[in-house]
Amino acid sequence: MKQRDIKRLSLILLFAPFALWIVLLIVLPHLGMFYISLREKVAPRTYEFGLENYINFFAEPIYWNTLIRTGSMSLLVTVLALLLGFPIAYYIAKIAGQRSRGALFLMCLIPLWVSDLIRAFGWILLLRETGIISSSLQWAGLVNTPIEFLYNDATVIMGLVYTVILFMIVPLVSTLDGMDDSMIEAGYNLGGNGPTVLRRIIIPYAMPGIVSGCIVVFMLTAGSYLTPILLGGKNSSWFTEQIYDQFITRYNWESGAAFGFLLLAFTSLVVWGGLKLSGQTLNSTVARS
Amino acid sequence: MQPHTENDLECIRIQKHFGSVRAVDDVSFEIPKGSFFSILGPSGCGKTTLMRMIAGFEQPSSGDIRIKGKSVIGTPPNRRNVKMVFQHLALFPMMNVYENIAYGLRCAGASKDVIRSKVHDVLERISLPDVANREISQLSGGQKQRIAIARCMVLDPDVLLLDEPLGALDLKLREAMKIELKLLQHQFDTTFVYITHDQSEALVMSDNVAIMNQGKFVQIGTPQELYHNPSAAFVAGFVGDTNRWAGRVTRVEGNTVEVETEAGLAMRGSIRGTGAPGVGDKVSAFVRPEFITAEKAGGSMQAGNGQNVIEGKVDSILFNGANSRVLVRDRAGELIEADVVLTGGPQDLKPKDDVTLSWSPEQTMSFKA
Amino acid sequence: MIMKLAIAGLLATTVMAAVPAQAETLRLLTWGSYAPEELVKKFEAKYPDITVEVTFSNNEEMIAKLRATGGAGFDLAQPSHDRIFAVQQEYNIYKPLDLSKIDTSGMEAKLLDGVKANTTIDGEVYAVPHQWGTSGLMANKTMAPDVKAWGDLCDPQYKGKTSMRLRRTILLGMAFDMGEDPFAAYADLDKYQEILDKVADKLIACKDNLKAYWKGGDDLSAMMMSGEIVASETWDSTAYKLYAENKDIVFVPPKTGALAWIDTFAMPRKGEADDAAYKWINFVLEPENVKIMSASTGSMAAVKGAKDLLPDDKKAAVNAAFTDEDISNLQFFANIPAGVEDMEGKTLEKIKAATGSE
Repeated sequence: MKQRDIKRLSLILLFAPFALWIVLLIVLPHLGMFYISLREKVAPRTYEFGLENYINFFAEPIYWNTLIRTGSMSLLVTVLALLLGFPIAYYIAKIAGQRSRGALFLMCLIPLWVSDLIRAFGWILLLRETGIISSSLQWAGLVNTPIEFLYNDATVIMGLVYTVILFMIVPLVSTLDGMDDSMIEAGYNLGGNGPTVLRRIIIPYAMPGIVSGCIVVFMLTAGSYLTPILLGGKNSSWFTEQIYDQFITRYNWESGAAFGFLLLAFTSLVVWGGLKLSGQTLNSTVARS
Repeated sequence: MQPHTENDLECIRIQKHFGSVRAVDDVSFEIPKGSFFSILGPSGCGKTTLMRMIAGFEQPSSGDIRIKGKSVIGTPPNRRNVKMVFQHLALFPMMNVYENIAYGLRCAGASKDVIRSKVHDVLERISLPDVANREISQLSGGQKQRIAIARCMVLDPDVLLLDEPLGALDLKLREAMKIELKLLQHQFDTTFVYITHDQSEALVMSDNVAIMNQGKFVQIGTPQELYHNPSAAFVAGFVGDTNRWAGRVTRVEGNTVEVETEAGLAMRGSIRGTGAPGVGDKVSAFVRPEFITAEKAGGSMQAGNGQNVIEGKVDSILFNGANSRVLVRDRAGELIEADVVLTGGPQDLKPKDDVTLSWSPEQTMSFKA
Repeated sequence: MIMKLAIAGLLATTVMAAVPAQAETLRLLTWGSYAPEELVKKFEAKYPDITVEVTFSNNEEMIAKLRATGGAGFDLAQPSHDRIFAVQQEYNIYKPLDLSKIDTSGMEAKLLDGVKANTTIDGEVYAVPHQWGTSGLMANKTMAPDVKAWGDLCDPQYKGKTSMRLRRTILLGMAFDMGEDPFAAYADLDKYQEILDKVADKLIACKDNLKAYWKGGDDLSAMMMSGEIVASETWDSTAYKLYAENKDIVFVPPKTGALAWIDTFAMPRKGEADDAAYKWINFVLEPENVKIMSASTGSMAAVKGAKDLLPDDKKAAVNAAFTDEDISNLQFFANIPAGVEDMEGKTLEKIKAATGSE
């Protein structure tokens, strides 16, 4: 009997930090935000309850256009990160030797050693009209006028892919690593050529890693702030920027909170759709890797 | 020797070097159609490399591999009609049984109907007609084994390679699968090339066995030949259980030698293998336990008719039913194993009994070291 | 039980933190260059029992931070004069100042009265002036000699070579440029919305002419110094800094008047070190300290003869930029009434989202 009490107590103690973390840092703030998002400002220091903030979002095309733009660009970033990350992950997991593996992983980690801000400024130095790339192209005689690579959507996407690709590579490496090499050899041995083996064996096997990488990358991208702001051009609005503006420049916490929830709902919806499409579950993907 | 076209697989002077390491060193053999051929050797002897070259995952440094008389050097693995059962089977966990077996047929571009009938046909033949829709994780070890074979056999390969597929099974299942594999091979009438380090697997199942050591084939022959007429000390020591002595020749008499072991035991043996030893040469002598007769001392045993006779004391009894043994310590202090029949009666040998061991010089295989 | 204990513990730590320590801490919430290291050291040397903790921020974040805590966490803040009245009415985050504790004798009377008038609620004064400056234009004289008005940023001859910050300053500047008086329209928000719509059309049409919207002093400086742009909307202090490095880059007060702002001292409602805060205010307004401060901020202090207290290079930059006529032409930002931030915010979003003719 006593033994059981001790067991229960230790279970509670083990679980307590996690529960506290979830409740204090995630659940409570979100409840607070949700509460704020349902308040309508009618006059200074007077509020009423209602869905006005949410209705405003749908009534104003700028808002939902920006959300859709953010969502579709995030999907593009996710796809690009997958296309670039998969060969890298495959190389690290299956081709590279034990020793070069660590070094390769480290190289993927390097972008994370510096802050978002520094990274973005690095891109700016490289890509601006008077920057290194433009100048060296001119110096090499390939172009005769300076070229501006900065301030457009392509740059934003490139910057984001660069930032998030590690989060694609890590789960991919870990699933591919768990794949017996003989599985691939069996694929060839039974008559499959390269594309067949890739399509019918390697990708289905890596599917949990692919999906979990995509989820993480998509969420990170849709929620990123600095990279799209600093690298973006005159027209490139990002939804997080709108949330920031609502909160900070417009003192409108109510609609900022509503926007925050809409972003959460939107990304959750996309992730859910992705899981349905790929036939995976959260358990088989994110929880696994 | 049969004409070339009758051989499913021929290897001609195959070599494979990894840097300065000769993993496979000048190996030649041929396997006639429909036979069960095993390559037996200790781990690291190069047998896996040899198999991977036959499957096409490695390219030989020199030499030729011919399947049905045609060289396959330069043919990629997916174009060779050689299928392989991997050590850990490598069934695809994300496909069910049907999909696993259908995979190869799909790669070959077979139509849906053909695939369905072939898959069901092969499942019938391995006596698992109802598992088509099971997931791989729902199968038992023996079922997985058979599915892995079916997955290859459905493609009608010229040669089926098996890379120690029984290694992961428990003992009982392994014994059962040995028999099953042999039966399957008969049923499919396809050439099986079986790689193992377990001599009992090789002896039980094979028509012919190649003994491989340090990248070379030491001897190729039927299991009986290897067991009774090993051509080298390595084969004698590796195949089957045996008593082994190192010693020197004290006298040579035609095909018979007198050997004195390092511990000082004297015995007569027959010369085997290549190279005739002279007086003073080092030799290794092997005697299998089943050729040694153990009797209580003072029995009817005669030292006559050239038998080797040794007095000793029973050290311990290794009871294993029909395969029981005694360990006898001779006067020189060496332990000798001999098979005995233990009936459970009072005549049985017991520890500390004085015994007389005898065996014929013919069974004392002596190789020049 | 455990929960109760945890809450009790939490409360205990909060209470402990609230008890003032022996040595007082002055927690400043201010702009990037408004607390130079040199001045902080000097202050701490003069008042050894006070330690100064500085948090750098901007107008919007200052208000957001104080709003989040209801005016706790800081002892002295420095919002701009036009950002106090409505914010205080709405969120109640400041406390009234005790003017008897501030030495206002040295302050430029015009600025002091202006700030007082802007920040008096129910007879109580909430802010006094500290630094002031202007927003206007910056141009490279050799490449864009004709930039004189806000609207010149949209002049096609500088296509792809101008910039602005997509914030309220450019809305107001452009409104003046179009012959409107947005500050007067604050009294009639419908009229103000009309003006904003007109400005938005103008700025959307202008988008094509811009290279990019700048986001901070650093990227603006980089674009201007490299010659990637030749003219931009700017803070005067940024222009002065560039003038020190390239005499061709000058601050240009637009012909409709540069927009003038005054950064103030205001005390958060739950500030705890009021005395230290008053000491800091009086300290930084002493002439020799004004010099150090102005060298750091690049702006003029709200004290008499402030221009003479500027470092020489800044003084030259100011002289190159302003005539007396320009000074009398300044447009001081008017108090922002409630709701205007939202209207302006929407307008800015509309401009940002518009794809223009690209």
